[in-house]
Amino acid sequence: MEKKILDIKDLRREFVMGDQNVRALKGISFDIKAGEFVTIMGSSGSGKTTLLNILGCLDKPTEGTYYLDGVDVKSLNKDELAGLRNHKIGFVFQAYNLLPRTSALENVELPLFYNKEISAGERKERAIRSLEAVKLAERFDHTPSQLSGGQQQRVAIARALVNQPVMILADEATGNLDTRTSYEIMALMQELNGQGKTIVFVTHEPDIAAFSSRTIMLRDGKIQKDTINENQRSAKEALASLPEADDY
Amino acid sequence: MAILNLIKIALKALKRNKLRAFLTMLGIIIGVAAVIAMMAIGEGSKQSIRSSLSGMGSNMITIMPQSNEPGGVRLQGSSIQTLKLEDITAIERLKSKNINGLSPVVSTNGQAIKGGYNWPTTITGVSPDYLQIRQLKLKDGILFSDRDVRSFAKVCLLGQTVITNLFPDGSNPIGQIIRFKNIPFQVIGVLEPKGQSNFGQDQDDIILAPYTTVQKRITATNYLQSIYASAVSESQSDAATTEISDAIRQSHRLLANQNDDFQVRTQAELISTISATSSMLTVLLTAIAGISLFIGGIGIMNIMYVSVTERTREIGLRMSIGARGRDVLMQFLIEAILISITGGILGVILGVSAAYLVSFLLKWPILIAESSIVISFVVCAITGVFFGYYPAKKASNLDPIDALRYE
Repeated sequence: MEKKILDIKDLRREFVMGDQNVRALKGISFDIKAGEFVTIMGSSGSGKTTLLNILGCLDKPTEGTYYLDGVDVKSLNKDELAGLRNHKIGFVFQAYNLLPRTSALENVELPLFYNKEISAGERKERAIRSLEAVKLAERFDHTPSQLSGGQQQRVAIARALVNQPVMILADEATGNLDTRTSYEIMALMQELNGQGKTIVFVTHEPDIAAFSSRTIMLRDGKIQKDTINENQRSAKEALASLPEADDY
Repeated sequence: MAILNLIKIALKALKRNKLRAFLTMLGIIIGVAAVIAMMAIGEGSKQSIRSSLSGMGSNMITIMPQSNEPGGVRLQGSSIQTLKLEDITAIERLKSKNINGLSPVVSTNGQAIKGGYNWPTTITGVSPDYLQIRQLKLKDGILFSDRDVRSFAKVCLLGQTVITNLFPDGSNPIGQIIRFKNIPFQVIGVLEPKGQSNFGQDQDDIILAPYTTVQKRITATNYLQSIYASAVSESQSDAATTEISDAIRQSHRLLANQNDDFQVRTQAELISTISATSSMLTVLLTAIAGISLFIGGIGIMNIMYVSVTERTREIGLRMSIGARGRDVLMQFLIEAILISITGGILGVILGVSAAYLVSFLLKWPILIAESSIVISFVVCAITGVFFGYYPAKKASNLDPIDALRYE
């Protein structure tokens, strides 16, 4: 039996908007085992973002339990949540969220600055290893403005990897990228997954979901479908089958 | 979270926006520079007033005759003839440790003549101590001796104004004979010029001669116009005053119920009055400069607020990758403090240079007190904390979810 990274039971989240009670999540239960590549899909308003915030320990559920790597998230205070995010989760955002005018290396180092057990030397070494993992080692001194969108997203992935998290949480990570670059990012994700990283990928593109090993479909605050992807597409092959870029 | 890491983070954040950080700093730089320069100028003028007063002899004690009769016609001090040489002897007999100089003063106005030139001036009969008491210095020649005093020698020292008027050709006055009220005096020394006193008196328009000579040969009197003494230090001048008073009362045989027929004055009062005025000036200047420091602080607050808003997404990101509220708070606080302290250092440098520039170009006296540097530096750091705290608090209270999606 593989280790459960995520264990969610009857998760509910309600917001009070004026005098209305908005129920964004209406009882969601699932678990994710180590080494899975899960996409969470759903149209807007399905509770996808709310679920993502809770998975990312940015928000807490109103009801239900959420265990992340054996830790009961609900019992933690704000500072402990911050520590959990630092140690266990690697975020990848749609808009990359890199610090401007800051080199790729320093961007990748950033999470380690908030981890006091790591020395300056180790910080740099790990950042370089992370950049190597996303094949950007030779670009470590470039600032985001000197990098393409795909490269920026790879820096962001390197940043997510640097703290050796138990889970990479990607929020529409390919949303700002063209098809070819999206596939490149997905190929990278698959490669990381192949190395044993657990990946949770939030998207609304079925095309992207095809690269994952499992898809959870949300609708109206509930799980509509939770399917194992029998024939997972290889992003590498998809990339190869794309027509050559036309020369204009 | 090690503070060192936070300082590094703050430094990196500032480095990303060098120009803005510098412009924000400018308010602090100018504020601190103004405080330091103003205090240097204020303190300098205070010091210069003090030293010009002590140039007159700040430890100087003057003893003037006065009437002790409560009724009747009050006479002007100079026409009262109560001070005698016996009083000098009485004070000398004290061998006081508080007094290090004592001189009788007998002076009279008259015409000094040398060849075809003449000049109305004052001859002052004194003892050799007088030069030290009044802080006069010999520029050339020698001082008359105690022997000259005993033998009523017709020797004199000339002040610069007298020399200019009696020797307009620039010849060396030493060894020459001048006449004062028809008495020939040999010039044996020349005094260093002293310039105007604080009250507009020309301090160089003097002839000094042994008091015995002036008394016997010119004024034909046996009383003294005044007695000058000097205390060893400013702090001892009160003790010296009391001793002198007691000695003169005894020598005048005054009974306990009789008033003094003389008055003893020190410079201390005058100094404290003038110092107080110039202290007020310093306070005023510093207050104005302090206001500009305050405005600099508001500048920091303003920019930090703008910065927090502008970097909302960055804050969201930092929180999502594990920064705690207090890490964000510290980051922004340290940024503000770094700005204010760097500004403070630059301000100190600028202020000190400005003060020296003022003293160099305008020849104003300046005095840079270490305390003014320390104070403005501390004020700077406090400014950073004070004005940096609210923006930093705002940043740390941001919700990472909202901050991440802030447009």
